Amino acid sequence: MAIPDTSSTTSRPPVLSLRGISKNFGAVSALTDVDLDINAGEIVALVGDNGAGKSTLVKILAGAHMPSSGSITFDGQPVTLANPAAALKLGIATVFQDLALCENLDVVANIFLGRELHPLRLDEVSMEVRAWTLLKELSARIPSVREPVASLSGGQRQTVAIARSLLMEPRVILLDEPTAALGVAQTAEVLNLIERVRDRGLGVVMISHNMEDVRAVADRIVVLRLGRNNGIFLPGASNQELVTAITGADDNAVSRRGRRAAEARAQGEQP
Amino acid sequence: MTTASDRGALLDRSDERLKDRSGAKGAISGFLDRVRSGDLGSLPVVVGLVLICTIFQTLNPVFLSPNNLVNLLFDCSTVGIISLGIVCVLMVGEIDLSVGSVSGLSSALLGVLWVQWGWPVALAILAAMAVGFVTGCVYALLLNRLGMPSFVSTLSGLLAFLGLQLYILGPTGSINLPYDSPLVNFGQLLVMPHWVSYALAVAPGVLALALGYRKAQRRQAAGLSSRSFGGLLLQAVAITLALELVAYYLNRSRGVPWMFALFVALVVAMNYALKRTQWGRSMTAVGGNREAARRAGINVRLIYTSAFALCATLAATGGLLSAARLATASQQAGTGDVNLNAIAAAVIGGTSLFGGRGSAYSALLGIIVIQSIASGLTLLDLSSSLRYMITGCVLAIAVIVDSLARRSRVSHGRA
Repeated sequence: MAIPDTSSTTSRPPVLSLRGISKNFGAVSALTDVDLDINAGEIVALVGDNGAGKSTLVKILAGAHMPSSGSITFDGQPVTLANPAAALKLGIATVFQDLALCENLDVVANIFLGRELHPLRLDEVSMEVRAWTLLKELSARIPSVREPVASLSGGQRQTVAIARSLLMEPRVILLDEPTAALGVAQTAEVLNLIERVRDRGLGVVMISHNMEDVRAVADRIVVLRLGRNNGIFLPGASNQELVTAITGADDNAVSRRGRRAAEARAQGEQP
Repeated sequence: MTTASDRGALLDRSDERLKDRSGAKGAISGFLDRVRSGDLGSLPVVVGLVLICTIFQTLNPVFLSPNNLVNLLFDCSTVGIISLGIVCVLMVGEIDLSVGSVSGLSSALLGVLWVQWGWPVALAILAAMAVGFVTGCVYALLLNRLGMPSFVSTLSGLLAFLGLQLYILGPTGSINLPYDSPLVNFGQLLVMPHWVSYALAVAPGVLALALGYRKAQRRQAAGLSSRSFGGLLLQAVAITLALELVAYYLNRSRGVPWMFALFVALVVAMNYALKRTQWGRSMTAVGGNREAARRAGINVRLIYTSAFALCATLAATGGLLSAARLATASQQAGTGDVNLNAIAAAVIGGTSLFGGRGSAYSALLGIIVIQSIASGLTLLDLSSSLRYMITGCVLAIAVIVDSLARRSRVSHGRA
């Protein structure tokens, strides 16, 4: 059920487009010839095994690493993402897995950290109103924005981190493992939140190891394997197909486990 | 202004999980909740001061006399200013152990440049403060570029600057400052005229009322919860009454020292900088989570540099004032308990040793506690051996309270 690149079929060009991206760390090539398109109002899930190059790719998009070769176009214009500030200025916001929030500061201070209004005489009222507006737009359930972030749950912190990245009105938002540390209910809340971010017209790139979450929200699933593109799938793809693309073989640890379980069931049925 | 009926309309009071904290009852229950979760604020100071005053007053009735309190305020100002600098470095989660030596060095510089070399006093003061500034920049450079922990760099600074102080004072070991100079006057005698002290005592209450009312109106206009005018008025009246009472009591003796006024002015300015500017927000952020601050685009190295430079400059200033207070630049200046008193004052006042929490007022409150103990022990005519032991125990208790409160904050989700 692998599908061709959708960028050629849609009328609007993708917001962000990567062509032939490679990244070498010494003799190791972490990424080889990777293509990726992100359209506005679309959730692209980036999946792959450990060491497949997902994090390297996101770091290149965030401006933390420079690619060794390949081209990046943003809105049809070729760009270089030399540093995180350049990426942010273009409109690519990143929410890293560890969220990078200051637990001793309250929600408003965290959302506006480094971008405070009126540096010499902080405009607390306007910042608080803006924070509430952002959180309301995301239908986030945060009881008070004047409590330190330490008092919030994991899902609420993820919400604050996402709201923080939306403050600069980005075009593309990168989420690194947004549901990794969350419980069932909180995961669902964050997935809802991600859909609402997409509905605002942003392109969303989401890295996840959880196939269930990926299939629940993604519009396209891009599989990386050993630093190369290994197929693009629709969320309807079967687990088997995805696992095969991720691990690169029909005969893998996951499928062997599945077969063993099936055999055990079969034996149990005929005593 | 927040009643149950319009609760739903306010932007920040619409969540039903939020407890209603309006009115006097809400304020009290909110305060109790904060204390229980380890957010002690200035409570330890108040408890400590009441204890200290009761004990020393029963042992020696001179303790609370206006005369002794005026002297106490003179003494507070010098180490208090050093402690204000310590608040800065503690905010970013670092430490400066050399503030005593830097203050001693700056008093020695004042003596040599002003008295021996005949420089104008203003120039000598500026030179001493500049040396402090450069010292702080060097500490920051060692931390930023070489990754040298401030604990070690400032510990070596403690020894090196003590050596430099002894070297520039030369074999005589002490230089007397002219008694009739304005600087020594400022450090020993100068007090406000009574009417000025009464007028200044009104200012905080009026300012609190005016600014609080304006803020409440802005918040109300923006659809946020706001404080009632009655509450603000009550607070302003209480502040004014308390300050006028203090001014009246001190004016029965010599009056309020100008040097203490300078200290308080610096505290107020620092409080504004820490609470209401982007720089202060960045300081708090760096102390709380350095990596998060870096990713938010904050120039972490610059923040460290500003903290260390400010701390050492304030330490030099404190050294100049203590030279003025003693009318001498001696080998003993800045040694002994100056270092620990400055750090202890900041911690007792509620600035955390672990970074990211604190306020400028902690220097003011903490140094009053420390100096009260010192003054009380002096009045009891105890030997310095006992004074050191008691002050050491007080510091230990303050740090224990700080780390217990921190543990409680973590378990109550208040970091």
